[in-house]
Amino acid sequence: MTLTPDDWEVIRLSLKVAVVGVVFTLPVAFALAYVLARGRFPGRILLDAVVHLPLVLPPVVTGWILLILFGRAGPIGGWLDRVFGVTLMFRWTGAALAAAVMALPLMVRAMRLSIEAVDRRLEGAARSLGASPWRAFRTITLPLSLPGVWAGLVLGFARSLGEFGATISFVSNIPGQTRTLPIAIYTALQLPDGDDIVLRLAIVSVALSLGALIASEWLVRRQGERAHVL
Amino acid sequence: MSFEVEVSKRLGEAEIAVSFESDAGVTALFGPSGSGKSSILNMIAGLLAPDRGRIAVGGRLLFGESVNLPPEARDAGYVFQDGRLFPHLRVRANLLYGASEREGAITLREVVDLLGLGALLNRWPRTLSGGEAQRVAIGRALLSNPRFLLLDEPLASLDRARADEILTMIERVRDALKLPILYVSHNRAEVDRLAGRVVAIHR
Repeated sequence: MTLTPDDWEVIRLSLKVAVVGVVFTLPVAFALAYVLARGRFPGRILLDAVVHLPLVLPPVVTGWILLILFGRAGPIGGWLDRVFGVTLMFRWTGAALAAAVMALPLMVRAMRLSIEAVDRRLEGAARSLGASPWRAFRTITLPLSLPGVWAGLVLGFARSLGEFGATISFVSNIPGQTRTLPIAIYTALQLPDGDDIVLRLAIVSVALSLGALIASEWLVRRQGERAHVL
Repeated sequence: MSFEVEVSKRLGEAEIAVSFESDAGVTALFGPSGSGKSSILNMIAGLLAPDRGRIAVGGRLLFGESVNLPPEARDAGYVFQDGRLFPHLRVRANLLYGASEREGAITLREVVDLLGLGALLNRWPRTLSGGEAQRVAIGRALLSNPRFLLLDEPLASLDRARADEILTMIERVRDALKLPILYVSHNRAEVDRLAGRVVAIHR
């Protein structure tokens, strides 16, 4: 099997969209996971629900909401355009945003479980040894919740690679900008002689997803000695 | 006065109230399980806020009279019942976690010699036996250069021989470092052997 230059363009774009989407989501997802795991404040349930919304909404609806908010006339999109001259519509950056929003709930869930599993008494022990709350977080809570961070990253990456509905309704299907793997496969399926393309890109999808899973397993194992709780 | 404690706290159905002063080297809090002994230690360490009261150790006010020092400012050497070592750090890093650079502070070398930790430094906590983990926990507390020690049933999970070994270590710490020690136990023999003053806690 040889990949054509067009195939490579799709793969490169998909990886770029997924990596950028996940990397930018990571700190947001961790902060949300931490707040949801530890915080006790009014509105927590509502925040929890909003974070999970992309998981249960039809992706097309999520894409449409992004279109309303981030379109050139939208409240956020208009502001980005005026202040920074940035536009997300029909750009790969918009595809990355769609991927990020769809990946967010999965990433938050994985990280939150991991943060909840950290024994808070260990933080108390750190405090009694002279650590400030921030140092206790950095040296105890954060490293002990890393397995969930890795799991969240991989889940988010896999979800981003597979993102279809929100992406196509938000930023459409533009070769080189927003035509990621699933959208390219969908496009090829519409072509009378697209079977070869579909086969090649499907194999690539399987390989990338497997690779991500194996990489995460390796990461977790590599730090397994440190990650295991007593 | 080493310890001046007068606190009360409602925890669910239970009301914990205790009042004592002690100038002994080792003061024992003696009472049955569930009588709130650990909660009293947590209040002295600053990990649990009393509803009201006053806590001073060695003449230094830790809580009360609108003072409420955070745990990191109380200079407590807290040895927990379960050791509570950091599972992601090797023994050496656990020992050094709260280590003080202050002039005259006890050094890693001294603690390792005192507690016989030399062979354990590169081990992970989960590979330690109960007695080894407890020794590391005591060493970690000592290295944070505490002004006093809080020991919460440090022998509870150990068999007789290990318990005796740790008890000897604690006596060594008591006699070598002259730190005020508050020792929680429900075992009469331990208390009689170690403590100069016994405070009985009732349910």
